Amino acid sequence: MNARVGSLATALSRRFAFPSGERGQQLLPQARLGGPMPWVIAIMIMLTTVAAAGGLALSNVAGAARGAVSGAVTVQIVNASIPARNRQAEAALSVLRDMPQVASAQRVPDKELEELLKPWMGDVATGDSASDPIAIPALIDVTLRGAASDKALPAIQNRLVTVAPSALVDAQSRWLQPVFAAIRSLQWLSLALIALLALAGLAAVWLAARSALGSNRETIEIIHHLGGTDAQIAGIFQRSVTLDAAIGAVVGVVLGLATVLILGQQFAELGSGMVSQGSLGWLDWLAIALVPVFGIVLAGMTARFTVMVALRRML
Amino acid sequence: MRIARRDERPKRPDAIKPGAVLAHVGGCLPIMNRSQNAIVQFDNVGLRYGTGKEVLGDLSFTLYPGSFYFLTGASGAGKTSLLRLLYLAQRPSRGMIRMFGTDVITLPRARLPSFRRRLGVVFQDFRLVGHLSAFDNVALPLRVAGVADEDLQKPVSEMLDWVGLTDRADARPATLSGGEQQRVAIARAVIGRPDMLIADEPTGNVDPEMAVKLLRLFEALNRLGTTVVVATHDLHLLKKVPESLIMRLDKGRLTDPTGALRYPPRRDVGAV
Ligand SMILES: Nc1ncnc2c1ncn2[C@@H]1O[C@H](COP(=O)(O)OP(=O)(O)OP(=O)(O)O)[C@@H](O)[C@H]1O
Ligand SMILES: [Mg+2]
Repeated sequence: MNARVGSLATALSRRFAFPSGERGQQLLPQARLGGPMPWVIAIMIMLTTVAAAGGLALSNVAGAARGAVSGAVTVQIVNASIPARNRQAEAALSVLRDMPQVASAQRVPDKELEELLKPWMGDVATGDSASDPIAIPALIDVTLRGAASDKALPAIQNRLVTVAPSALVDAQSRWLQPVFAAIRSLQWLSLALIALLALAGLAAVWLAARSALGSNRETIEIIHHLGGTDAQIAGIFQRSVTLDAAIGAVVGVVLGLATVLILGQQFAELGSGMVSQGSLGWLDWLAIALVPVFGIVLAGMTARFTVMVALRRML
Repeated sequence: MRIARRDERPKRPDAIKPGAVLAHVGGCLPIMNRSQNAIVQFDNVGLRYGTGKEVLGDLSFTLYPGSFYFLTGASGAGKTSLLRLLYLAQRPSRGMIRMFGTDVITLPRARLPSFRRRLGVVFQDFRLVGHLSAFDNVALPLRVAGVADEDLQKPVSEMLDWVGLTDRADARPATLSGGEQQRVAIARAVIGRPDMLIADEPTGNVDPEMAVKLLRLFEALNRLGTTVVVATHDLHLLKKVPESLIMRLDKGRLTDPTGALRYPPRRDVGAV
């Protein structure tokens, strides 16, 4: 027996100091969310990625279009008499060029107008062709220094009325108003989608963390009784939940990006100018890359918070 | 034999040899020292669960470092409840408890873990972690304390050897017999060489021979300076540790057949 006591003394000879270091990954090898959780997170992240990419692309389209037409004003001279029309157009042009708020003003050549109208109206006579001329208006493209606001347009109209009574001043953006409105709705939709997805993801992680907490409650209590600190125990959870979320997020972001790229390619094949302006810049990609990062951090923090709250109920 | 790093803890009083507490017999210590010396001090402690009647009442006693205490009493007398107060799993409904010289009732939650790490607990229901091997269960207190993996291999193996479970080191608790689980629980309680060992029916599931062997383990630990509190209703056990002091719980009240709770303790108790 003495020998045994001696060996016990050896076994216990080393008193372990208690460093504040908080190793402990191996304490709870089963604290993983496991099951469907990484997949739920993957789906959330994928949908969020697609919604974010869509929202950003729409915002780029709208921004580009708005920028292109914001200062654009069209002046039409509608007059049945071609000479009068031309005269008024010349006068209007020179007045416009003298106005300080006008950056540039060009008359759209009649030839160009003819080309534009040909598909709809056939050969139209504009210039000197005499037979039954259809009076198409003279068009002046004006670019303002500022935006073509509701105040700027009447000012131009008033200036023109004396030299060109037949002039009609229009902001090009007015024609695009319904398009902008539709884009704005879609943007709100994508924002709402992202918010809802974040909320649903949060709820899913919270539920998963709670069930993981439930199935590990015994272990948590034991570690608690052995002197494990709240931070230590919550940290174990946070680490494993973060790991699970990371797996889900990587899968999700890969699927999401694949979707975005395929959709982008299909839109690009439409060849419309507007769509090509919707391509994503590096800032947009950065924002999209933040989606999974944000998701992972959110999952980890939720797990930590859930465990901390549960632990605070223990003495 | 004793290794450095101990100085981080409050110095243990000199009462570390068996029966050393008896060194004070003769009452030569001033009354002040009573509480300074104590490892545990209960003052008028009462405990009720919820709105039920008190399961423990008017507990006033002092435990001294290096002593070996048995806590006996009929089933339902409140032994586990009292131990739960001791291992800081429960706050009393009234009264005052000091441990290691600190009032643990008003102690902020955040400071309790450092106190728990100075205790070794054998729970009545073992509380082994089901998905960890016997080895990892025994290693748990050291891991919680931040001991590096390479540093804990040797002590844990030796501890398992000591409780005779070397060849079951990789077994999960579910595949161990009741007695084997109990020995794992004991190994886990003593591996960190606690200042106080609290064991609740630690020999309930083992044969008498193993029971005696485990008692020897507690005694050995006691000899190394650990205060030991063992709850049991096996009265045969009490005789096996001659220098032990006996506390008796009777329907939640403490009686004191050997004068263990009196200070200074009775001279004839524990005189080896
Ligand atoms: N969590 C609890 N809630 C309510 N009552 C409890 C609780 N734990 C114990 N009790 C009651 O407190 C009393 C003392 O129980 P305790 O477990 O301390 O007895 P014990 O002496 O350890 O008994 P045993 O020898 O059977 O282990 C019992 O009447 C029991 O029913
Ligand atoms: Mg009990």
